[in-house]
Amino acid sequence: MTGMATHLRRGSSLRPILITVAALAVSYAYLGTPQFMNAMTLGAIYALIALGYTMVYGIIELINFAHGDIFMVGAFVSLWVLTVPLGLIDRPINDPAQLTLTLVIVTIPVMLFMGVIGVVIERFAYRPLRHAPRLAPLITAIGVSFILQNIIQVLFGPSPHPTPQVFPRVDVLSIPDINIFDFSIAGGIVRALNLMIILVAILLMVGLQVFVNRTRLGRAMRSTSQDREAAALMGVDINQTIAVTFFIAAALAGAGGVVYGIYFGSVQFNLGFYVGLFAFTAAVLGGIGNTVGAAVGGFVIAFITVIAAQMGYSRWSEVAVFSVLILVLVFKPSGLFGQPLGERA
Amino acid sequence: MTDNDALPASAPAIATPATADADALLVADRVTKQFGGLTAVREVDLTIPRGSIVSIIGPNGAGKTTFFNIIVGIIEPTAGGVSMAGRRMIGRPLRAWIEPFVWIAPGVLFFVLATLIALAGQDEIGVGVIIVGLVVFAAMLLAAVIRPRWYLNMLQRFGVFRSARPNEMAAAGIGRTFQNIRLFANASARENVLVGMHLKLKSNLLDAFLSTGRSRREEAAAAAKADELLELVGLKGRGDALAKNLPYGDQRRLEVARALASEPSLLLLDEPTSGMNPNETTEMRVLIKKLRDELGISVLLIEHDMHVVMGISDHVTVLDHGEKIAEGSPEAVRANPKVIEAYLGTAAT
Amino acid sequence: MTAKVAAAPRSDWRAPFQKFRDEHHSLTILLIWLIIAIALPLIVQIPPLSTFQPQIVWVDGFAISGIYILLALGLNIVVGFAGLLDLGYAAFFAIGSYTFAFAASPQAITHLNIPFWPMLIVGALIAALFGVLLGAPTLRLRGDYLAIVTLGFGEIVPALFLNADALTKGTNGIGGIPQPSLPCIGDFCVKFSFIDPFPFYFTMIGILAIVMVLIYRLLESRLGRSWMAIREDELAASSSGINTITTKLLAFALGASTAGFAGVFSASKLGNVTPDQFLFVVSFTVLAMVVLGGMGNPWGVVIGAFTLYTIQSVVLKELNQFFQSQHVPILQNIDFVQYQFLLYGIALVGMMLLRPEGLFPSNRRRRELHQETVEETDIAPPTTALDES
Repeated sequence: MTGMATHLRRGSSLRPILITVAALAVSYAYLGTPQFMNAMTLGAIYALIALGYTMVYGIIELINFAHGDIFMVGAFVSLWVLTVPLGLIDRPINDPAQLTLTLVIVTIPVMLFMGVIGVVIERFAYRPLRHAPRLAPLITAIGVSFILQNIIQVLFGPSPHPTPQVFPRVDVLSIPDINIFDFSIAGGIVRALNLMIILVAILLMVGLQVFVNRTRLGRAMRSTSQDREAAALMGVDINQTIAVTFFIAAALAGAGGVVYGIYFGSVQFNLGFYVGLFAFTAAVLGGIGNTVGAAVGGFVIAFITVIAAQMGYSRWSEVAVFSVLILVLVFKPSGLFGQPLGERA
Repeated sequence: MTDNDALPASAPAIATPATADADALLVADRVTKQFGGLTAVREVDLTIPRGSIVSIIGPNGAGKTTFFNIIVGIIEPTAGGVSMAGRRMIGRPLRAWIEPFVWIAPGVLFFVLATLIALAGQDEIGVGVIIVGLVVFAAMLLAAVIRPRWYLNMLQRFGVFRSARPNEMAAAGIGRTFQNIRLFANASARENVLVGMHLKLKSNLLDAFLSTGRSRREEAAAAAKADELLELVGLKGRGDALAKNLPYGDQRRLEVARALASEPSLLLLDEPTSGMNPNETTEMRVLIKKLRDELGISVLLIEHDMHVVMGISDHVTVLDHGEKIAEGSPEAVRANPKVIEAYLGTAAT
Repeated sequence: MTAKVAAAPRSDWRAPFQKFRDEHHSLTILLIWLIIAIALPLIVQIPPLSTFQPQIVWVDGFAISGIYILLALGLNIVVGFAGLLDLGYAAFFAIGSYTFAFAASPQAITHLNIPFWPMLIVGALIAALFGVLLGAPTLRLRGDYLAIVTLGFGEIVPALFLNADALTKGTNGIGGIPQPSLPCIGDFCVKFSFIDPFPFYFTMIGILAIVMVLIYRLLESRLGRSWMAIREDELAASSSGINTITTKLLAFALGASTAGFAGVFSASKLGNVTPDQFLFVVSFTVLAMVVLGGMGNPWGVVIGAFTLYTIQSVVLKELNQFFQSQHVPILQNIDFVQYQFLLYGIALVGMMLLRPEGLFPSNRRRRELHQETVEETDIAPPTTALDES
């Protein structure tokens, strides 16, 4: 979080924008509309999760290995909310207003619930170890990750779970007259589902930026991440600030879980492992501790995987992403937007 | 690779800086360090002649510790450099981008070769070449990490210069203590000194595995030497005590013993008497003098309390706000109005 | 002697043992393993244990648990001695296993036929080579970054073995890996086979005994002292002339080579290698073993690994059977094997919170893990400045 906004060099912001636009244009030309939108959607999901990694690392310098599993639990909780209280079992909602309402009804409680889970984990698993040697909280985080996975595995079983398809399915949408959800751009069909997910993600990310930069708690977070002792001396409640960070991180991951389930239509107990690692890679790529970087990193990773799939190397995508991770850490450990690690106290 | 004759002239960073004093042990040459917009140290020169006690004093926040950390290789200076015994050790990197190629290139060469051989239909030779290539690559990678002398020489031949790391500065003859004591708290006093002796011990992995006579003799001799050093600093018989259980003054002395264990030619002491009572302070001053007079070790003292250094220093440099404001003999410095001004209202006791 | 005993009457019966241990440490370790080797097969013939499974199954299990003990000992060098978190440890295990598969299996495309014993060393060396290849560029990073890089590496390696199916036969793996063979001495022949686990068992104990001796020698050497120094204070260690990166790299390579050892043994014992033998759960299980047993203490790690392996392979199944046969209300419907990783997770978190030094800690590690980290205000960027290169 040290790199959050304050550390972004605004003076040289034109070049990255140009590069981004050029990269997007090239990928669009190569991928075509559906795959491009797919990559954008995936990127939005990775970005939501990567934000959590980067925020937590920024504030307590812990790689929260359990974060990917918090995302996974979020996906399962949203599955539960959709099926049990709402009773939506494979019944698409064709009315846009009702659909929006349903999504809001699902997303907000899941985010709150996951936020609370995140705070609980921090309180009982990480806080007691705040002054312990670095190895201790890392090992604890791995332990928490496995506890979460195992709980879900026992509750829902080890096999993939279909999630309710609340969005109108493609076969329904192929009838143009009743299709009010999708529209075509330059000959390619853009699904409202993709747009919705990207929109939700962008809203949340903008909200986060506003929160961090404009509110009292956000300022507390920034100052805590820069110098915990100094912040404490200035009257910042460190425990509360860290708890808030975990709440937001977990809530964002929960939102990621909701949209993941709806988008991919299936969730599994070990989902958090890979998605979490991809998101972590995104956070590192963007410069860990930097929220904007994490979001950008999420999209980059998504494009790498989707482009690899398009080229016919989908089963190598993990290898590609991890190679990116290792290469970034070796050659530019500060990431694309981070300050040099050597300057971090 | 054959153009080693052509390069040195065009590689100023490697050439020895023009030092007037051939007797100088350490020469800091216009050392500057900026943190963001803040200049912590600005163009500070310092020469430490062999066998002298030199002090840097200044109020808190004058940049003393930053300067110190630059000399020992922890912080890289923004500009300027440091030479040790005529050899440039620390400064701005030069042609650093070449280095990855030095260790990547041989590996890549082999892979290209292997691919060509495989394309020519000689699969088995190709696999062999790949394996050899992998080994060469690993060896170069290792060299890039360990930085043995031949590797550094090779880099030098390509005109690459990179600052020495703290362990390389230690190998060049610098021993140091820390302002906030940094002992290996859970180890015994003797073990602390033995760690300091690291550079002087020769036993390797194979010796350890086979528990050879050489390594056992070496360990026994090292333990005896460690006890001697402990005695020298006044910790006789405390070798088995855990470092963290020693009283404060003893911990400071143990740090000195650990620093001495590497048989340094230059000892850097960062506020060695801070937190000590007057009695302990006097003892420390006696010890420092003894080290210089009996062992011939040059000493650089960093202090914010100028009274500590006055009696024992040959030469005093005063820093304030990152700049050198005065230097000379203790008496001259004490009388310097700039120094008095810098200390007024600060820690002038 | 009598005077000494009189001076310390409470520890008189221990004194001779301690004296022997101090003077002949390596021999003591070998003797303890010899006693274990003989005792274990006998203990399992005593009633409650003998009712669970026949002796031969027990011994087979012990031989396999030896693989985990070896892995845990190796990971302990990295985590316990050097204080680095390696989450991709199974990758080196995989490299050792596949090395032997390629070198010995007639089903592998290499069609080599190199015997087991030399490959034990070669497998370890190749694993160490990869340890260096991974470690050299990444050990400059701070510890938690290393954790994530190794995690990535641990995923890439099995994925490579899975995806490069032209070489490795993908999910099917490579079968037909031969067992070790020994020449007969007169009429006395030792024959390794799937049916008779004893030769593997004794070989494993032999390997473990040797590895333990080497580990203790390392620990007491200059290198062991350097690891201690780096764990305690990296900057002070570096200022004392220790090349922290090389020293860490050595731990990394030694840990990797131990895993390579275990990999060769495992490939030969199981007769096949498949990518799914090396998933993240292996790294995680071994880490749990090390943490539970006590980071930094080889004997603690041995006990931790043995205990966890026995729990996962015997105790959980026996619990299922027991509760089902007794028709215990709720418990009979629970599949305890399912909860294995929950158990490990709780073990990791619980140990870190309550007893970070593990169940059987070394004295030094207990001291280290119970101290608060010293706040570093001495210099602006403390350890991180070293990461810069």
